[in-house]
Amino acid sequence: MAFDENVKTEFKVVGTRVKRPDGIDKVTGRALYGADFNAPGMLVGRILRSPHAHARIVSIDTSEAEKLPGVKAIVTSADLADPEDDFFRDIRDNCLARDKVLYDGHAVAAVAATSRSAAKAAARAIKIEYEKLPHVTDVDEAMKPDAPVVQAGRSDESVPEGLSENVTSYFEFGHGDLDAGFAKADKIIERSFKTAATHQGYIEPHACLATMGSDGRGDLWCCTQGQYFVRTICSEVCGIEATQLRVTASEIGGGFGGKTTCFIEPVALALSKKSGRPVKIVMSREEVFRATGPTVSSSSDVKIGMTKDGRITAATAKLRYQGGAFPCGTVEFGAQSAFAAYDLEAVRSYGWNVLTNRPKEAAYRAPGAPMAIYAVESVVDELCQELGLDPLDVRLKNAARKGTLASYGPTFNDIGLVATLEAAQAHPHYAAPLGENQARGLSCGFWFNFGGNTCVSLNVNHDGTVGVVEGNPDIGGSRASISMMAAEELGIPYEKVRTVITDTNSLGYNDVTDGSRVTFAVGLATIEAARAAKREMCKRAAQIWGIDEEAVVWEDGAARPSGPNAGEHPPMSLADIAAVMDQTGGPIAGHHEVNADGAGVSFGVHLVDVEVDKETGSTKVLRYTVFQDAGKAVHPDYVEGQMQGGAVQGIGWALNEEYIYGEDGRLQNPGFLDYRVPVASDLPAIEPVILEIPNPGHPYGVRGVGETSIVPPLAAISNAVSRAAGVRMTELPMSPPRVLKALSGG
Amino acid sequence: MVRVKLWGSLRDLADGQEYVEVEASNFKQLLDQLEEKYPALKPQIKRGVSLALDGVIYREAWFTKISEDNEVVLMPYMVGG
Repeated sequence: MAFDENVKTEFKVVGTRVKRPDGIDKVTGRALYGADFNAPGMLVGRILRSPHAHARIVSIDTSEAEKLPGVKAIVTSADLADPEDDFFRDIRDNCLARDKVLYDGHAVAAVAATSRSAAKAAARAIKIEYEKLPHVTDVDEAMKPDAPVVQAGRSDESVPEGLSENVTSYFEFGHGDLDAGFAKADKIIERSFKTAATHQGYIEPHACLATMGSDGRGDLWCCTQGQYFVRTICSEVCGIEATQLRVTASEIGGGFGGKTTCFIEPVALALSKKSGRPVKIVMSREEVFRATGPTVSSSSDVKIGMTKDGRITAATAKLRYQGGAFPCGTVEFGAQSAFAAYDLEAVRSYGWNVLTNRPKEAAYRAPGAPMAIYAVESVVDELCQELGLDPLDVRLKNAARKGTLASYGPTFNDIGLVATLEAAQAHPHYAAPLGENQARGLSCGFWFNFGGNTCVSLNVNHDGTVGVVEGNPDIGGSRASISMMAAEELGIPYEKVRTVITDTNSLGYNDVTDGSRVTFAVGLATIEAARAAKREMCKRAAQIWGIDEEAVVWEDGAARPSGPNAGEHPPMSLADIAAVMDQTGGPIAGHHEVNADGAGVSFGVHLVDVEVDKETGSTKVLRYTVFQDAGKAVHPDYVEGQMQGGAVQGIGWALNEEYIYGEDGRLQNPGFLDYRVPVASDLPAIEPVILEIPNPGHPYGVRGVGETSIVPPLAAISNAVSRAAGVRMTELPMSPPRVLKALSGG
Repeated sequence: MVRVKLWGSLRDLADGQEYVEVEASNFKQLLDQLEEKYPALKPQIKRGVSLALDGVIYREAWFTKISEDNEVVLMPYMVGG
């Protein structure tokens, strides 16, 4: 190439804090969210859900409901297809139960009617006969050999013999001689921990509008983190060819991993197919809590040995995660992440995925990692207390760095943990004085980050502006960051670029917006698409000047002659070339498709000060600082927002949020009054400190940032509360009753 | 020969070995060889695995080149939230 394609380190647009392009739409109500889509003749869909935690469906009688005025269609699992793959069959059986209901709130049947009241009346008129079965909602209970079996035959070949059928998979990671390691320790602490299931708590409930025509072609508008994945799921679950279903993603009022699957979309399509009319389904908040994924809850045992001077000699973690009524793949990430921050000679982590009669777990920011690291970092903190060591010094002494054999298998390349810890140590927060009943907590956190399938088109317009077409819903500000990278690469102002998110028929496949992948992978594809357009623009300029293409370079937003024989020609800007593109060969566009790898892992360190009221057991968060390696922060506001958001959600996990099940196996708190997320008055200003250790796997050095920030807060807050209360806390959330119980020695 | 490190719980499915050696020059060949030499690994590979190559994680990427100089670790299929 005639122009430099090496990794950039100097930027004009990237790294600035430009205005977000969707801001005005979102604050004025012009932006279209899931429930904002309507169609002529549209019906209202409603789903009937199980009142039982576990029961066999003996019969479903829809005859009376069908006779009610306004009722146009009723569907059950019999109206869905029969996918070959277990993964899709599980999604189908979660969308509409087949044979058994597996948790309180499990969908059983759905109706479409001309009004909300008619749909509600019809749902009430459906008669379902259940045979109640014993249930289990606790992970430790579910692992006992005589526990009620949630689903038989779902254990894979990794599960050791003799365990309950509810254990679906087993994982083990690590290296070294544990016995020899523990023998070198001056102090060994072994503790057990529990964490509660927590919901992603997105503001916008799931909503969709589906139309299936008599020609077999469908359209679906929905609130999702990945329209292509919705298309794949719906195609499998409803028996529609991918080409016959177009899925458009709405704006999204939060996802955090919880909108990476389907709950209502196949049902709406089935109702539309049966009724011949468009069908809209909007979940209530209660439905969201009862029937969409919370994260896993966990039970774990951690044992760590340490020398008097703070060197960890050996460590083990046994992690048991319940992911609800269907097999999940979450404990493996916990087991891999548990000790990732440490350089250890002897380490082992073990994980069991377990079925319970709870809703199917869905991803939630760094799935599986926060619970594991909570347990590990709690024991590290207690060892520091017992040995009289500074917790930050100990973490620095043991920190993973380039060349460390990671506890999950590979050897680390360039990573930013030490720099992140040093930034925390140097920050005024770490040395700030504390008052009575106050204490400071610290934790490290780790997440992998991913790339994945990505496709981007970049179109040059006649007026010198540029349109970028991408396929990932804008959750964390990607419209801005993608426009910034396009502008940077082309050398034009940010305001000259508009990025739009398109439907599944208008661009090649894109993976879900998850894994902290979008700024990394879509950014990478955008840069490559811009480079393709630059190559074409250089070619056009060369033709106009009558010189060789190789004698043209792209610099500062313009094609310029270069080299001894190029001659003297005034630079041609993007706008100059765009103005004559019809005459020089036609439209100019760049395109890039990639399954991106090389995302680069990231680490965060959180510092928190709390005050515990020993009379009420309540905890006030006084000060919070987040340190995180972002690679290159494309839009620092958004990076800081991700860091603050993860900390806030972590505060909720640590102090208040939990799914509470009664003896009857029913969820007791399916609403924001009883399931308490942090609100502004619960929070201090959260200070984000961005570190920029470039990722060599990205042309601008970008890493993912969306998930790492939720990993450390559980332990950081627990460590602070434990120190302030004078008693080691081992169960989350540390709600006032639980803190009081611990204070009274319970 | 490429030396492949297996995550712990896979070792029971490969005659207890932490490291196995296969003749492969890319990801696809490596997986095919593992399935052929250790059929018990097949269900897990079918469900999905990732591969860490000198510390960089690859999820699919059949034609990623692998040589005996690389550190190769077989890992669970990675996803995010």
